[in-house]
Amino acid sequence: MRNSVNIGVLGIQGDIEENISCTKFAMKRARRRGEIKVVRYSEDIENLDGLIIPGGESTVMSSLISVQEKVFQSIKRRISEGMSVMGICAGMILLSRKANDRVIGKTKQNFLSALDIAVERNAFGRQNDSFETYLNVPLIGKGKIKAIFIRAPIVTEIGIGVDVIAKFNEKIVAVKQNNIVATSFHPELVDDRFHTLFIKGISKI
Amino acid sequence: MVISVAQQETRGTKSEEIEKLTITRGTTLVKRGFARMQKHGVVMDITNAEQARIAEDAGAVAVMVLDKLPYDVRKIGGVARTASVNVIREIIDNVTIPIMAKCRIGHVSEAQLLQGIGVDMIDESEVLTPADEQRHIWKWDFTTPFVNGAKNLGEALRRIEEGCAMIRTKGEPGTGNVAEAVSHIKLVNYEIRKIRSLHGDKQELINIAREMRASFSLVEEISRLGRLPVVNFAAGGISTPADAAFLMNLGCDGVFVGSGIFKANDAAQRARAIVLATTHFDNPEIVAEAQSMIDENKSMLGLDTKNLDLRMQERGPI
Repeated sequence: MRNSVNIGVLGIQGDIEENISCTKFAMKRARRRGEIKVVRYSEDIENLDGLIIPGGESTVMSSLISVQEKVFQSIKRRISEGMSVMGICAGMILLSRKANDRVIGKTKQNFLSALDIAVERNAFGRQNDSFETYLNVPLIGKGKIKAIFIRAPIVTEIGIGVDVIAKFNEKIVAVKQNNIVATSFHPELVDDRFHTLFIKGISKI
Repeated sequence: MVISVAQQETRGTKSEEIEKLTITRGTTLVKRGFARMQKHGVVMDITNAEQARIAEDAGAVAVMVLDKLPYDVRKIGGVARTASVNVIREIIDNVTIPIMAKCRIGHVSEAQLLQGIGVDMIDESEVLTPADEQRHIWKWDFTTPFVNGAKNLGEALRRIEEGCAMIRTKGEPGTGNVAEAVSHIKLVNYEIRKIRSLHGDKQELINIAREMRASFSLVEEISRLGRLPVVNFAAGGISTPADAAFLMNLGCDGVFVGSGIFKANDAAQRARAIVLATTHFDNPEIVAEAQSMIDENKSMLGLDTKNLDLRMQERGPI
């Protein structure tokens, strides 16, 4: 099938099921067929056309996938081969080159270094400072979209080839670099528009 | 979208304008969303910064600060209160993962002070001595999300209506025995299945709402979703990787481990093993590997839940 795609949601930790159900709606809206499943092992990652790294705790995810060295390497290799990836919040941190915590500073995490950005973790503060707001994301269309920021990171540096797709209060909160998109807010908690954009952009590899 | 959000409350939320952008803190989506980010993770009970660092290195999704671990609360007796402010502050400065802390059931001022010093989630917990035998805290007044324990669906629904953003089983804390947590999650799941089968039968649903002393709209929402509108974690008595995997297999969204880790003689190793087993709960090979990282001789001895002097799950208003 020309249009059929394999989508995986990285099933280490975080809001995995929310991303699965959101992706199901997005597939319908994008009129694409294919399989959506939770992926956890390197052999699952080999035949994916798109991977979603959900929100959660980035330290937990990075420490668990670093143990499974093969998973870490598979994801990196598949991204370089053109697999589309979407990273949400913790997923954005994992995809980045480096991250600093607002309070602690340098952390002991491992990064996929697939996306040429640096991020600041917990940039808005603790949970009490988490918030919802409305953002302009021209790529998604006219009108503002609701954005939920939960102990969210921000992008502090971007490399050449990285496009900024959304800003909040002059801070970069969503970026795109070829086959990679990352957001510091949680589209999966609101509706499926961001996931639809992601699904539409996936090309069969 | 299948994710449901109850009507947004205005109490407990704060709006302000930043350069013409309105941001709102403490909304239902923000609070329940925080709880969703903890899914498939392990929240570990700790009493000091040293233990917090061990927990973070082992891959804990968050830490829960207490003055005494549940096992010690049981042994020492007396009144168990919220942890020292200075200890919580020190922990906040030392780890990057979210920090939760317990307050006494109904103790509004303890909850306010925890919110004030910046903990990420408050556990209104039966492990501490209840401060109000009539009422729980009205949690809609807070921007900080709350987690509450529940033995059955009725309790879970009443806590959700009071504004809690996350449910956990009560289990029997400090015993190292999962039996009670298992029966709580099974009962909640059974009651949800029953309500789901009644979807569309408003009269029957209204009877159930009256029986459970919960609102009709919430009962109807459960019948539509076939699950709680918030996450439901396992807690109370988990002490080995296999315990964690078992409860995940029963449909829990994540795991709280209390005395099980720091009352064992191999805390760091055990913490790591429980994290592994929670992530890979449906893969028996990895659970076996995780279980082999710990030594049963080093597990906390544990208590039979039948002959306890203090049954924590039965404390406080229901």
